[in-house]
Amino acid sequence: MSYSITEPSSRQKWIAGGLVIAYAILTLLPLAWIIATGFKTPADAIAYPPKVLFTPSLEGYVNLFTSRSRVTPEDLAALGPPSTWYDSIVRQYGMVITGASRYGERFLNSIIIGFGSTFLSVFLGTIAAYAFSRFKVPLKDDLLFFILSTRMMPPIAVAIPIFLMYRQLGLSDTHLGMILLYTAVNLSLSVWLLKGFIDEIPIEYEEAALIDGYTRFQAFYKVVLPQAATGIASTAIFCLIFAWNEYAFAVLLTSGTAQTAPPFIPTIIGAGGKDWPAVAAGATLFLLPIMVFTILLRKHLLRGITFGAVRK
Amino acid sequence: MMLKAALRKAHPMPDPIQRVALATPPKLAHQIRGLSDRTIAWLFVAPTIFLLLAVNIFPLIWTIRLSLTNFRTNRPNNAVEWVGIENYRKILTNPDTWASLQATAHFLVWTITLQVLIGFTLAYLINKKFRSNDLWTTLIVLPMMLSPAVVGNFWTFLYQPQIGLFNYFIAFLTGADPASFSMIGEVALAPWAIIIVDTWMWTPFVMLICLAGLRSIPPSIYEAAECDRASKWRQFWTITLPMALPFLMLAVLFRGIENFKMFDLVVQLTGGGPGATTQLTSIDLKREAFEKWRTGYASAYAVILFVTVFGLASIYVKALNKVKDR
Repeated sequence: MSYSITEPSSRQKWIAGGLVIAYAILTLLPLAWIIATGFKTPADAIAYPPKVLFTPSLEGYVNLFTSRSRVTPEDLAALGPPSTWYDSIVRQYGMVITGASRYGERFLNSIIIGFGSTFLSVFLGTIAAYAFSRFKVPLKDDLLFFILSTRMMPPIAVAIPIFLMYRQLGLSDTHLGMILLYTAVNLSLSVWLLKGFIDEIPIEYEEAALIDGYTRFQAFYKVVLPQAATGIASTAIFCLIFAWNEYAFAVLLTSGTAQTAPPFIPTIIGAGGKDWPAVAAGATLFLLPIMVFTILLRKHLLRGITFGAVRK
Repeated sequence: MMLKAALRKAHPMPDPIQRVALATPPKLAHQIRGLSDRTIAWLFVAPTIFLLLAVNIFPLIWTIRLSLTNFRTNRPNNAVEWVGIENYRKILTNPDTWASLQATAHFLVWTITLQVLIGFTLAYLINKKFRSNDLWTTLIVLPMMLSPAVVGNFWTFLYQPQIGLFNYFIAFLTGADPASFSMIGEVALAPWAIIIVDTWMWTPFVMLICLAGLRSIPPSIYEAAECDRASKWRQFWTITLPMALPFLMLAVLFRGIENFKMFDLVVQLTGGGPGATTQLTSIDLKREAFEKWRTGYASAYAVILFVTVFGLASIYVKALNKVKDR
């Protein structure tokens, strides 16, 4: 390694590294605690002092996915031996499984709405960004500022008329309604991010393609799109994370059919108070995909956050 | 077509080359190319503009209209009356509004201060480029990627007196009884409970932007300063901080806008309580609109909030641009 007077000394590096790692561990503790609590029994979860070492149990996950009801000991005895492992967990508490809980449906709703709105906002964002990047659009700067300014509106402020409008149009508590809403919210981010990525692609590539007899459309999807693929992918991840995490609109505009997981998870309760292992199990399943995504795609994501912010 | 007819007239028997040329149908591509760039531009931009008009501008105009009436969503059969600026007058003279604004200001000032201090320090340390710093950066970033509602809900568990991990941790450090205080149940502590979680969640964002700022400083400037024998301390105050300042201010802008709108995290943590100690404006607005169903009043409230954010952000951006140009 070449010597440089601006390169930090190895002692400085050690200290800096130590402090950062200490912060990282502290900041990850709550997340580790969520994952751990999901595998505790309700008794272990509320033990004092907090239990770091415990025998793992799948009770939280069983409670998360089932609805149960209490039966009398005589009825329980009359049922005969439990047929499955999850039956036996539930029967320890004098209960029987009466069916599936709503968690699966809510999770599926999150997937449908998340991916649906991501696809739409990236698709619309890409073509709009291309137009803004390559053509003379009248009032371009005003339109771009307008697109950006839609992000400043507090969600609750637009929620009132949207609530009324959706009721009129029959869109409240529907997948389509939520997809359109999240698409609109994400569009400003997606247009701005993608315009940045497309601006970086040299215009000469398209000009060459046009001279070779490609039409504008062909030049767009055969030359520009493959070049912008990385940018499109990282934009898609940002849109997906937003839609996946969104709570304010979801809690105000959905109640059943189209309710996503974030408003649902806090409402999980067990017999006699909050069932923290089940809540933690639900949260773990919901948060883990995003954590894995973030770690795997860190290069693009970190660049995207600063890039998107710094450009604006 | 005209050309063909003209050619036929001129040459009753066209030569072979012309015959081939005439037999070739006009390419389909040619017709598509007929779409001018202008048409394509509009075709590409229109859906975005249309959707944003429908979901943002139209509702905004509707909100302004509603804000001048006494409309209540839960009583659709009542006669809707125009009340002029009555709603605005009521909001601005309501002490609850000012209490909410005060709670919001407290939340904003402290979250931004803490996040800038911790975020900048972390970015500064990460910029020392120790080994595998990118992996640790990613791990630090994790909290901001997660759903604030779900995480906020779980933090109420960490904040439980006695059994909560947070209380245990504080008790371990200070020797206090972990059952003696409740972060979300006490008037004095609840505002800090939301500040702590917001700082935990969003410091990484400030950190990333600061990191981008620090990395944008060319090393040659530091080399020149070294040659001039400027102390590290002096280098920090005359090079690092001024050059990273526009980025820092940008981070403050984003956190400011986001935290002014703050809803999900705090609703799940404290629900605005105890009493109204953590009732930020968004939560107050939600109560008026969707619990008391005073739609007209709440619409006026929404307009006031939007104008405030927009106004403050515009002033701030002007200041930011001045710093950038310097």
